[in-house]
Amino acid sequence: MSDESAASARVSEIVAAHQGMEGPLLPVLHAVQAALGHVPQAAVPVLAEGLGLTRAEVRGVVSFYHDFREVPAGRHVVRLCRAEACQAMGGADLAQQVKARLGLDWHQTSADGAVTLEPVFCLGLCACAPAAQLDGRLVGRLDEAKLAALLDEVRR
Amino acid sequence: MKVYVPLDAAARACGADQVAAALQAEAARRGVVLEVVRNGSRGMVWLEPLVEVETPAGRVGFGPMTAAEVGQVFDGGPLALGLVEELPWMKAQTRLTFARCGVIDPLSLADYRAHGGFAGLERALAMDAEARVAEVIASGLRGRGGAGFPTGIKWRTVAGAVSDRKYIVCNADEGDSGTFADRMIIEGDPFSLIEGMIIAGITVGATKGFVYLRSEYPDAIAVLNRAVELACKAGVLGASVEGSGLAFDLEVRVGAGAYVCGEETSLLNSLEGKRGVVRAKPPLPALEGFMGKPTVVNNVISLATIPVIFERGAEAYAAHGIGRSRGTIPLQIAGNVARGGLFEAAFGMTLGDIVDGLAGGTASGRAVKAVQVGGPLGAYFPPALFDVPFGYEEYAKAGGLIGHAGIVVFDDTADMLAQARFAFEFCAIESCGKCTPCRIGAVRGVETIDRIARGDADAVPLLTDLCDTMKAGSLCALGGFTPYPVLSALTHFPDDFAAAREAAE
Repeated sequence: MSDESAASARVSEIVAAHQGMEGPLLPVLHAVQAALGHVPQAAVPVLAEGLGLTRAEVRGVVSFYHDFREVPAGRHVVRLCRAEACQAMGGADLAQQVKARLGLDWHQTSADGAVTLEPVFCLGLCACAPAAQLDGRLVGRLDEAKLAALLDEVRR
Repeated sequence: MKVYVPLDAAARACGADQVAAALQAEAARRGVVLEVVRNGSRGMVWLEPLVEVETPAGRVGFGPMTAAEVGQVFDGGPLALGLVEELPWMKAQTRLTFARCGVIDPLSLADYRAHGGFAGLERALAMDAEARVAEVIASGLRGRGGAGFPTGIKWRTVAGAVSDRKYIVCNADEGDSGTFADRMIIEGDPFSLIEGMIIAGITVGATKGFVYLRSEYPDAIAVLNRAVELACKAGVLGASVEGSGLAFDLEVRVGAGAYVCGEETSLLNSLEGKRGVVRAKPPLPALEGFMGKPTVVNNVISLATIPVIFERGAEAYAAHGIGRSRGTIPLQIAGNVARGGLFEAAFGMTLGDIVDGLAGGTASGRAVKAVQVGGPLGAYFPPALFDVPFGYEEYAKAGGLIGHAGIVVFDDTADMLAQARFAFEFCAIESCGKCTPCRIGAVRGVETIDRIARGDADAVPLLTDLCDTMKAGSLCALGGFTPYPVLSALTHFPDDFAAAREAAE
């Protein structure tokens, strides 16, 4: 089976597992992204057919939400909070440093596929700002030393 | 030896997991039998990770703990704080909604019951639906998400609507910077939210509830899913709630990173699996909400406060507060502060009491320049307005809003023109695109601020005109309230806007 048809089969399974749910598209898209790392173009018609929606509706939803990616992310995802509480604690300066050290702007992935840099608007860690997230792990009270350690980790 | 190490996301982000592991290792080395309970946070975030040791006199705190210093938990040392309940931050609070948060094991139903859990539900079950609505109205509880609409009136509308299906939707899309009360209560006392939703369900005649929880809160998602599972197993949720014969089921749904989905109609669209665009009102969600059916949409804190209102009675709750702001509010103190965290207090504290008193001023030690209250759509207050008491009407009168009660402090290095620009930039990124004042206005706003930054004085009246248009013409609070941070920055900090002009001249 080709990669694409394997992916389509996986999407069909996910759709089947969510039958009977009220308004299932978001849970389905989260599940697809968890399984495949992104929501590939090829999944759209499968989702549309399986859920009784038009392709335009599915694409419209995928493109509306920041969380859903149409291309795979890097092996690591660094998310840096850009919101006000983190700004008040020097978040913007840290963001500049991260961008410079990784050579990436927001939403970009390094050429070697090691890391994707993303902004996030609030991780709810506002009383221990600035905050970041490396893959599943939350980091508060971020300073230059902690930041350097994080970036070492993603380069490995 | 029994110790508590928070599982709260803020504690974990500051190393609580490493501390818990180090405690186990240290106990093993010393041959001490150690029981580690992962509790919620007490809200003293500057002391996190806060380790507590159970003693006959009460729980003794150590913090902010690090993995390298866990020996102090056994031997004492400079991180020892004494009895946690006696700390000034704890003693000065009126903890009603957060009474159990940080105290109990959040995933122990036995702990929950032992600390007053389900007493409210029990009393509610003994009342008829009309009396339950009357109780919530009498409590004076208003929407803690920020809109401040009386919760009981909303419930009465849904209770009175005739339909084959009704829903309870909990808005846990806590996107405002500076706020983390929803996250903290879900991670620290999830059953209080579940109990509040059950009471809402049996009151309005809904048998299904959803919690729309933002994806940026992975820990809260895990805790709440587990809590729902445990509640189902114990018969708290399901076909017969606590053996009452009344059904109520709960489903946790995860958002996908759209700030605007914190707006209730956009949230409903998202829950239905659509783009999170705002709906025009009317129809009210109370009459045509999720799937077109009558729906209660309440904030996490509103719902999690319902149990204590029923447990202690509406009058006891309404006895706290000022004017039309009754009861307590979990203040969330954040940004550049010496002591940040969550402090539950009766409405009425002044901003000065909060910022200079509770928070102890800035973390940087510099002077406070501005305080943004109510999230990214809230106004910036200068110290000259620190006498405003915390209340819905009081803040509206001062040209601001309390929102979800997030308080973000900035020191004198803040550039208020940059903050105003950010407000527009954020609005442009997060606009759902449905209405023109928000979709286009936000983009033009960034450009207009950039003109002012370049020294173009003619752009200032244009900016205020644009803000008028956005206020009057936007469909929801995103476009409608973005002018609050912008105009408050311009009004209270004119020097930050003038300096650029002078430089150009």
